[in-house]
Amino acid sequence: MILQKGTPAPDFELNSTPDQKLKLSDLKGQRIILAFYPADWSPVCSDQMGLYNETLSFFRKYNAQILGISVDSKWCHLAFSKHRNLHFPLLADFEPKGKVSKEYGAYNEKEGTSLRALFVLDENGIIQWSYLSPEGINPGADGILDALEELNKEKNK
Amino acid sequence: MAKLNTPVGPRDHIIGKTSAPITLVEYGDYQCSHCGHAYPLIKKLLKQYNNELLFVFRNFPLQESHPDAMAAAEAAEAAALQNKFWEMHDLLYEHQDELDENNLMYFAETLNLNIDKFENDCNSSGVTSKIESDFESGIRSGVNGTPTFFINDKRLDSYDATYESLADAVMNAE
Repeated sequence: MILQKGTPAPDFELNSTPDQKLKLSDLKGQRIILAFYPADWSPVCSDQMGLYNETLSFFRKYNAQILGISVDSKWCHLAFSKHRNLHFPLLADFEPKGKVSKEYGAYNEKEGTSLRALFVLDENGIIQWSYLSPEGINPGADGILDALEELNKEKNK
Repeated sequence: MAKLNTPVGPRDHIIGKTSAPITLVEYGDYQCSHCGHAYPLIKKLLKQYNNELLFVFRNFPLQESHPDAMAAAEAAEAAALQNKFWEMHDLLYEHQDELDENNLMYFAETLNLNIDKFENDCNSSGVTSKIESDFESGIRSGVNGTPTFFINDKRLDSYDATYESLADAVMNAE
């Protein structure tokens, strides 16, 4: 089962480009959307990442930053990201393979890839929403935006 | 099950009677080949079910993948301000590979639009905000790619790029 609401998000440090690493705990104070996905280049993942690329301005409105995560290598991510003009980081859960995905319960042991799972973290790094999408289905962005809206409501209470 | 988050209203472009029992909403991108594929299927569907169906088109331009999609959407919305939305919509889908700026102007001339007004409207904030609000309503409704259809407010997940999948959905609409 993927990690559920109320769980502190396990920290990690992964390559976001061939020469840069990104540490989750360095992003505290911002809301984070983690989008685990099976593979660069596959049709559904490409559509999903392409969609998030178009919705960055909506995420920003809620002070949220999206990070894509798969087991592909940093060089593969670089090529995929350039090809699709992606404007958000793709993290390489490459060595040890799938370690972070496993910690979030978002790893498919049989295929050796991340599952298609979404997490919304609040400013303190606590998971406030998580969703495991059925294989082959692009979950879209509506669930993420609903979760972010809910966070705003709670904050304003 | 994803649901249409913004009901059909006066700002929408429609074909058919608002009293029709079945409403089909498409979120589409003029440069998307899958939408181009669906275009004649919708035409056929509208012919077949013309009394029962209300068809609505909303903009969902994926600008990073389709560099001409936004300009094309603007052209359709600008044409709408001269009551030629559907004429422009059809021209765009019939010439999907030719959506550069010169051709958009040529389409406007073909439709006898007032060119000065058309050019101004293409760049107006009103047109941009219409497209953006369509896009946002799509995102909030669970549009995850184009085309995405909604039948009576429910996202149609059974569409498989065939006419039959659309016709079945219309016939079985609640």
